[in-house]
Amino acid sequence: MKKSVIFGALTVAGLAAGAAAAGTLDDVKARGKLNCGVTTGLVGFAAPDANGNWDGFDVGVCRAVAAAVLGDPAAVEFVPTTGKTRFTALASGEIDMLARNTTWTFSRDVDLKFTFVGVNYYDGQGFMVPSELGVSSAKDLDGATVCIQTGTTTELNLADFFRANGISYEPVPIETNAEAQQQYLAGACDVYTTDASGLAATRATFEDPGAHVLLPEIISKEPLGPLVRHGDNNWGDVVRWTLNALITAEELGVTSANIGELAAGTDNPEVNRLLGTEGNLGEMLGLSADWAKSAIMAGGNYGELFEKNIGENTPIALARGLNAQWTDGGLIYSPPFR
Amino acid sequence: MTTLTDPPKESFQLGMLIYDTRYRSMTIQIVALIGFMLLIGWLISNTAQNLATLGKEPNFGFLGEPAGYDINQRLIDYNSQSTHLRAAFVGLLNTLLVAVMGCATATVLGVIIGVLRLSKNWLISKIMTVYVEFFRNVPVLLWIVFTMAILIETLPAPRAFRGDNPEATMKLFDTVAFTNRGIYIPEPLFSRGLGDISVFGAFGISIDLLVILAALFGGIYAARKVTARANRIQEATGERPTTWHINLGLIAVPTLIVLVALGFHLGYPELKGFNFKGGTHMRNSLIALWLALSLYTAAFIAEIVRAGIMAISHGQTEAAAALGLRSNRIMSLVVLPQALRVIIPPLISNYLNLTKNSSLAIAVGYMDITGTLGGITLNQTGRELETLLLLMLCYLIISLSISAVMNWYNESVKLKER
Repeated sequence: MKKSVIFGALTVAGLAAGAAAAGTLDDVKARGKLNCGVTTGLVGFAAPDANGNWDGFDVGVCRAVAAAVLGDPAAVEFVPTTGKTRFTALASGEIDMLARNTTWTFSRDVDLKFTFVGVNYYDGQGFMVPSELGVSSAKDLDGATVCIQTGTTTELNLADFFRANGISYEPVPIETNAEAQQQYLAGACDVYTTDASGLAATRATFEDPGAHVLLPEIISKEPLGPLVRHGDNNWGDVVRWTLNALITAEELGVTSANIGELAAGTDNPEVNRLLGTEGNLGEMLGLSADWAKSAIMAGGNYGELFEKNIGENTPIALARGLNAQWTDGGLIYSPPFR
Repeated sequence: MTTLTDPPKESFQLGMLIYDTRYRSMTIQIVALIGFMLLIGWLISNTAQNLATLGKEPNFGFLGEPAGYDINQRLIDYNSQSTHLRAAFVGLLNTLLVAVMGCATATVLGVIIGVLRLSKNWLISKIMTVYVEFFRNVPVLLWIVFTMAILIETLPAPRAFRGDNPEATMKLFDTVAFTNRGIYIPEPLFSRGLGDISVFGAFGISIDLLVILAALFGGIYAARKVTARANRIQEATGERPTTWHINLGLIAVPTLIVLVALGFHLGYPELKGFNFKGGTHMRNSLIALWLALSLYTAAFIAEIVRAGIMAISHGQTEAAAALGLRSNRIMSLVVLPQALRVIIPPLISNYLNLTKNSSLAIAVGYMDITGTLGGITLNQTGRELETLLLLMLCYLIISLSISAVMNWYNESVKLKER
């Protein structure tokens, strides 16, 4: 799989750069399916359930885009990618978009030539240790063995954090979250580090989640969001505004429960523009008028997706925190639909 | 009267390139060559052009930038501020380490198993058959992952060694610790060490090691002289002087003197904080990769050795037996030296396979060159084409070097016809 992605990148970069440079929207419509890159499995964000259906917070974004473009939230081909293969898969055109808790950084945007269309989760890197170790701060981790997913920003943050604090560690590079979990539980590493949301999601799947603690230090800013290739701004707009539609829907109180009622027409012009009963926003994007309605109906608005997949009533139990709407003191903020 | 006729003029027409059998094959080859070059040229120009469209012109400047990541197993100095080039070099040394360890172990195991498979003892030969079939018919990646899983799941974590009444204890008189993070063995230390010499300012080589090796090889050289002299005496007089004690002394005494002079002692591993400190840490990833590659390749080498031995006519064995040689001497003096000529060429390709298979290292998180240059560096810099070209070049050079060395050895053992 990994090899094929790399060679795919070489040949596709060689043969199909023209196709990759423009017309992703047309490609997706012609194909009738959205190819969406997700993790190989992180409960709450993207993981297949017992029946093989993908479910999760990032999956919700994929389904919303598929619903907006194709009118069918099930018309998604989920492509599991590792930390290492994700960018090659996106650059080569194997996937149309990547929704895989990927951190928006300068070099990924500018040097790797990707367009981050927004942030769907504000995260930061944390540490998880077994509580029996009695560690209360990441600065006590001198000499510890740290499991880390290779090919991620966490790898660089970790090196910087330990260097800045003048303490040593032994990195154990690992390909996927599942392997990291296995090694961590077997005691082959003392600490597992990744984004705090990922740690919470991983801990939720343990037999005894109470035996593991998340350390208070958050050592980095990790704005996670969906991304597309540079060079196809039209497609970037589609994904960006689908995400914004989900966020705006929550802000305006449009939920999957009341959307049918609101789509009949309301007194609020912004809701009307969002749901396509007023103006021609969908047409400008090259989509149908009710694109945002389909996107919201796919899995609910941003808040609903959050509560259903990773919210406080799920085993992952993440608080909204920074990810609350700006009106509630968080950072989630969409430009206006106008 | 003589009539002279001119010999028919050699006239050349373009059609002869196709219809004249003298030229036809040449024509076809040249056309095929031009077509092939065009194809290659098209691929290169297309790749370059499309990379330019993507705004990613090939550029190797990233190699000089700080890598930013740490590597657990490093044979030379490295930290996260070192360059990507150095990270690649650390990975290259790790690749070479596991390749050399793997080739050596696979050869020893392979020869033993191959010989035992021909044993007249039914049980032993059947066990070896089962081994060969079992190992070579399961993909090596599964062996690597399986070995790693066994090491991680069965061995105790370092924290099991803690406390007054620990669940696990160190083995071999408290000198070796088997943990699920690797094996900690005593390390050689020198209280009066001579330091390192720097090679191109890039890495250091321990002078202690060089001095010890010099003493050892000097001893071996002297011992060979003594043996040669004993051979001459035996040929002249029929009496062989006893040499083993002189040889042992020649090899051991200078080395021991050097070791004592350098203040040699062992540093033992000790549980401190989260991990064992001191001693040499052989990581699980290295052990798993090394064992799996050796056991897997040994199965192939065993078959090669068996084929080589069976290629030697049975008459050779009988003739040697008629001279009064015992069976183990027949094997080492008569059969194996001849079998080597059959064994070496396929052995080369197995060494190459083992080296290339070591690129599966990332499955267990071993930081070989595929893991550093072709893994993290590729990912952090996004330079797929450049890193993969470099990576291919590295493997090509390693493989060609192994091939060259083994071919030279093959020349030296092959049948010398006079």
